[in-house]
Amino acid sequence: MSQSESPSGVIHDIGYRGYDGERLTRRGIAYGLYTHTLRGVFGLGRAPRSKVVPFGMFVVMLLPAVVLAVVSVVMAGQGMITEPVLPYTRYAMVTQAAIAIFLAVAAPQAVSLDLRFHTLPLYLSRPLERVDYARAKLAALATAVFLLIAVPLLVMYLGALAARFDAGTQTVDFLQALVGAALFAAILSGIAALIASLTSRRGFGVAAIVTVLALSYAVVSSLQGLVAFDADDPETAGWIGLFSPMTLVDGVQVWAFDVESSAPAGPPTDAAGVAFLVVTLAVITLCYWALSMRYRRVRL
Amino acid sequence: MRYPRVTALDRLTVEVGAGVTGLVGANGAGKSTLIKILLGLADPTSGSATVLGHDIRDDGAQLRGRVGYMPEHDCLPGDVSATELVVHLARMSGLPTDAARERAADTLRHVGLYEERYRPIGGYSTGMKQRVKLAQALVHDPDVVFLDEPTNGLDPAGRDEMLELVRRIYDDFGISVLVTSHLLGELERICDTVVVVDAGVLLRSSTVADFTRASAKLAVEVAADPDAAAAGLAAAGLRVSRDGPLLLVDLEGDSTFDVVRDVVADQGYGLVRLEPRRHHIAEVFEQEVDDVAV
Repeated sequence: MSQSESPSGVIHDIGYRGYDGERLTRRGIAYGLYTHTLRGVFGLGRAPRSKVVPFGMFVVMLLPAVVLAVVSVVMAGQGMITEPVLPYTRYAMVTQAAIAIFLAVAAPQAVSLDLRFHTLPLYLSRPLERVDYARAKLAALATAVFLLIAVPLLVMYLGALAARFDAGTQTVDFLQALVGAALFAAILSGIAALIASLTSRRGFGVAAIVTVLALSYAVVSSLQGLVAFDADDPETAGWIGLFSPMTLVDGVQVWAFDVESSAPAGPPTDAAGVAFLVVTLAVITLCYWALSMRYRRVRL
Repeated sequence: MRYPRVTALDRLTVEVGAGVTGLVGANGAGKSTLIKILLGLADPTSGSATVLGHDIRDDGAQLRGRVGYMPEHDCLPGDVSATELVVHLARMSGLPTDAARERAADTLRHVGLYEERYRPIGGYSTGMKQRVKLAQALVHDPDVVFLDEPTNGLDPAGRDEMLELVRRIYDDFGISVLVTSHLLGELERICDTVVVVDAGVLLRSSTVADFTRASAKLAVEVAADPDAAAAGLAAAGLRVSRDGPLLLVDLEGDSTFDVVRDVVADQGYGLVRLEPRRHHIAEVFEQEVDDVAV
C-alpha cells in the first residue's frame, strides 16, 4: 500500500500556477482557428442538432456517387459501358442543391455566430490579427466544401477503377474534376462567407445564401435555355453563364478540360473561356478582399 | 513593471504601475474606450500608449499575447460549454492543446465554476457568465488583465465575490489588474491605485491610501448635547464639525484620541462612539468634479 503520509482521497488546492511553456506563433493560432471552424462547420464539438444538416448533406452528396460507382462496376461487368455514366466534372453541378444547403448552414455557423454573440472581441484581443481571422474562417469553409465535393468524386473514381475503365484517362478526368472542385469551393464559400459576415442573424444568412446561390443559377440557366434554344443563339447563351457562380466555374471546366457542359451552353470561344477563368478568379479575390475589409472595419 | 502609459481620449496622460488599478468614471466617461485602445480594438486618432513595454501600434500582437481582456458586454456563445469555450480561447492565445485543456480546467476552478462548466453557457446565470468571461481573460496566464465592469449585473453577494476574486488575481496569481467601474465604493475596497476619468479627461490618479488619508476624521458621539461637547473639544484645540448627532474631529495623530477622551471625561458625558472615519473616495471625487466645473 501507499507509504504516503497524507490520507488518500484528499484534494489539495495547489493554488494558482503560472504558465511558462511553449506559446504558438500567429500562424499556429490561425491554424487552430481554422481547424476549430472546420470542425464546427460539420457540427463536431457542438450540439447533436448542429450535425444534422452538415452530415445529412454529406450523405446526400455521397449517395449518388455510391450508386454511380456501383452502376459503373455492374454495367462494365456486362460490357455495356467503357467510361462512367456521369463525367466527374459534372458532379458538382448535378448535386448543387445539396452544396447550396450545406453552405447556407455552414457559413452562418462559421461566421455569423461570432457576430451574434459578440464573441469577436475575445478573438481580436488575442494575438490573432483581423485578417488572420477572416482568412482562417474562409479557408475552413472552402475546405469543407471541397471535401463535400471531392469525397464523392473519390468514390466515383474508385468505382471506375474497380470497373476496370482505362486508369490513365480516369485519373486525368478525376484530377481535372478536383481542380474544378477547388474552384467551386473557393468561389462558393467566398460568396457565402461574405454574405454571412454581413448579418448576425443566422436565419437571414441561411435565406440570403440559398437565395443567391440557387436563384442566380435558376435565373441564369433558364435564360441560357431560352436564348440558346428558343432564340437559337448559343453564343450569347454561353456568355450569360458568367452571371452565376455555378455556370461560371462550369464554363471554366468546359473550356480548360474540354468537357461536356452542364449548363445549356458553355463558353462559345477560347477567349470566352479565358474570360470565364478571369472572372472566376476575380470573384474569388473580390470576396476575399471584401471579407478582410469587413473585418478590418468591424465594430467591436 | 510599467504598463499603460497612455495618451488617449482627450489628451489623457496617465502612468500605471503593478497592482490593482481602478479606472473610475461615469458611464460614457471613456473607460471602455481606453481599454479598447490599449488592446488595439479601437484606433486612437492621435497619441501613443505602451503596455508592458509594447507599443500599441507597432507591437499589437506581442502585447495582446501577454494581456487578458474581459469585455463589459455579453460576449459568450450560448451553445458551447464553458470548458470548450475556454479551451478554445486558450488555444487562440497561443497555448498548445494539452496546456490549453489543463489551464482551462484550472482557471475555471479558480473563478469558482465546477460541474456546471460542462453545460452550455446559454443556461448560465449572469454571475456564472461573468466568471466564464473572467476565466477566458486569465486562461493564458497574462501579465496584465483588463477587466471592464466585472461586477455589471451582479447582485450584492455576487459583487462581493467578484471583487474578492479581482483582488486575488493580483495577490494570489501575481497578475496586475486594470479594473473599471462606475461605482467608486467598489474599487476603493480592492484597488491600490485609482484613476478617475470624466468625459475623457483625467481628473485624478493616485493611490487609494492618498485619497482617503487626507480626509481621515474621528467620529465622536456623546450622550449629551452635541453643541456643548463641540465647544468643549474646540476649546481643547481640535477642529470640530457637525454631521447630525455626530461630531467629526480632524485626526491629527494618535494624541487626538487621548484629547477627545480627556475632554469628554472632564465634562462628564457618556462617550457613545469614538472611531476613525475614513472618507470615501466618492466625496473626494465629487469635490474634484466641483473644482473642475468651477
